[in-house]
Amino acid sequence: MQIRRRNLFFISSALFLYGLISFQIPIRAQMFGGTSGLSAFSIPQTNLIQPDALNQLLQGKAAARPTILQVGSHMMYSEAHIPGSIYAGPGAESAGLDLLASKVAKLKKTDSIVIYCGCCPWGHCPNVGPAFKKLHDMGFTHVKVLYLANNFGDDWVNRGYRVEQGQ
Amino acid sequence: MLSGLLLGSLLLLCPDAALHAQKPLVNMPAPLFVRTDLQGQRIDMKTLHGKVILLNFWATWCGPCRVELPQFQAWQNQYGSAGLQVVTVSMDDDEQPIRAAVRKMGLNLPVIHGDDKLGTLYGGILGLPVTFLIDRQGRIVERREGAANLPDMERKVQQLLARH
Repeated sequence: MQIRRRNLFFISSALFLYGLISFQIPIRAQMFGGTSGLSAFSIPQTNLIQPDALNQLLQGKAAARPTILQVGSHMMYSEAHIPGSIYAGPGAESAGLDLLASKVAKLKKTDSIVIYCGCCPWGHCPNVGPAFKKLHDMGFTHVKVLYLANNFGDDWVNRGYRVEQGQ
Repeated sequence: MLSGLLLGSLLLLCPDAALHAQKPLVNMPAPLFVRTDLQGQRIDMKTLHGKVILLNFWATWCGPCRVELPQFQAWQNQYGSAGLQVVTVSMDDDEQPIRAAVRKMGLNLPVIHGDDKLGTLYGGILGLPVTFLIDRQGRIVERREGAANLPDMERKVQQLLARH
């Protein structure tokens, strides 16, 4: 009887924690939403790619490499960007989204695309959420977003992954 | 001082310098620069020696930055006579949103429109906000990234102001 009660206690605790976490995620998304209202937290987990995974892709066969688009600050792009990545305008601005649309205009809807920003901590980034939605709305089916928890400096450059400088 | 100038020059001359980790520059002389701020005032880091400098990199699209700036303005008002000089560098791509944000926040601090060269000079500004605390001797004491612990930063500013 006592074991049953204990099991019941553990199951109910687990359910409570699950409910709490599920509830917290959208709340956090609203709290830290960017200026455009679409937080990085709106991007499904399955559409995220970790820095080490992208770095491995970049070191693999050229054919397997995705098209990489930086959707943040041009100034930061000039300071340092992922080798081969293309500047595609800040996702928080409509002009930026137009530039993004033009950069992917010639791609097939099934082509692999990775977008990234890293301007500020993930929950504060105003760019990746709207850029991801734009590509999704355009019909692109293989879009990943580089998960940079703190920023591009901490989570890419300081890990020793290669970058390029320039326009 | 000489090593700071040398490092700054190397960073500007060598494009591969940023291919490696960002350089925090702590305990090194603050790299010198001369820029004109948005109000047309000449900001020469060399002439600020003897003051405690709070050098903040920010942008209008950076949420935590917009929280910090009014506090930095308050500190300038409160501690300016004791020797604090706040200098801010906006890393926005365009100048117009900076002017609008400065107006909206009621800032009268020096605001410089930065660029990639200034970012590289300060070790790589690849995420915002970033704040440097520089002592009266022109040495970088701290580099703080991300949303600041403002009470802790204020205590540090007070400590630096107390040192002569």
